[in-house]
Amino acid sequence: MNDTFSPALDERFRAAAAAEGLLDVAYDVLDDTPIGSLLVGVTDHGVCSIWFDPEPERELEELARLHGSRVLRVSAPVDRARRELDEYFAGRRRHFELDVDVRALPEYNRRVLAELARVEYGTTTTYGTLAAQTGNPRAARAVGTVMHRNPIPIVLPCHRVVGSTGKLTGYAGGLDRKERLLRLEGALL
Amino acid sequence: MTTVVPPFERFYEAHRVEVLGFLNRRLGRQAAEDAFQETFLRALRAYARLEHGEHLRAWVLTIASRIVLDDVRRRRPPTTNDIDGLPDLADDEGRLPPFEELAPLTDGLPPKERAAVVLRYGYDLGYDEIGAALGSTEAAARQAASAGVRRLRKEHS
Repeated sequence: MNDTFSPALDERFRAAAAAEGLLDVAYDVLDDTPIGSLLVGVTDHGVCSIWFDPEPERELEELARLHGSRVLRVSAPVDRARRELDEYFAGRRRHFELDVDVRALPEYNRRVLAELARVEYGTTTTYGTLAAQTGNPRAARAVGTVMHRNPIPIVLPCHRVVGSTGKLTGYAGGLDRKERLLRLEGALL
Repeated sequence: MTTVVPPFERFYEAHRVEVLGFLNRRLGRQAAEDAFQETFLRALRAYARLEHGEHLRAWVLTIASRIVLDDVRRRRPPTTNDIDGLPDLADDEGRLPPFEELAPLTDGLPPKERAAVVLRYGYDLGYDEIGAALGSTEAAARQAASAGVRRLRKEHS
């Protein structure tokens, strides 16, 4: 097929789709962050997902399943998240002011993540402490699962949650990323 | 088992080149760009109501051909039910889309048959759309097109 497809025409359509408010999720891929490329998804209610090492085939299906089929790559709605993440990685931002959309999550996960959001930049907490703060000190393992499934890592700082001995234990994005984020924040030397 | 509606991004990536090609051939490059955006915006507006992911190619080409039809009507006020206005489809630079080659061949046909033949074989419109364009019915459009083709065969044999 020798029909050429102009990038300008493509971008014009994408921007118009977002401007008309027709999307369930707008997403974009942020290449070249210090921890690799990130796929960021945004709904009308806020950031709904951040993926490490994106393979869009998988993430788009997941976004459509959780939020609706009108999923489109378009940069403007993601600009604010992009800017705050850039500032964070540059060490110029300690708090995210972004809204987050956790409506697709079970109530328990939302409660644990709300508690997680209060863990300060540059500090760490433990799975057991978070469990206690959300009503059940013995639910450390359940809290671990919620962390592992945190759809909005970095912004909801599950990297600040470590084992009771101070060991980093696990991270959905890989332990090296967890370590890197904690070093960035000065929580690890 | 029905197919799940794919994420819009997938649907758009799969069909945008073909839709643009279709619109380019029918409207010329400049008008095609606006029609392209309108086609996919219309698809997006209806997308959440789709119940399965089958026949999406036919679906989006139908949307595109409706937009072509709207465009044709806009450029030619619907004062007559023949196609004398169709050559006006030249784009701003005066180029005619390739289907215009069909027009001289059909010059000798009665107006209604000529319109039906050109819209069917030049524009690739469905008979329902042709019927609507000519202010008659799907059955009448089908009949006019096939009568026109028979007449052409006779003339050219």
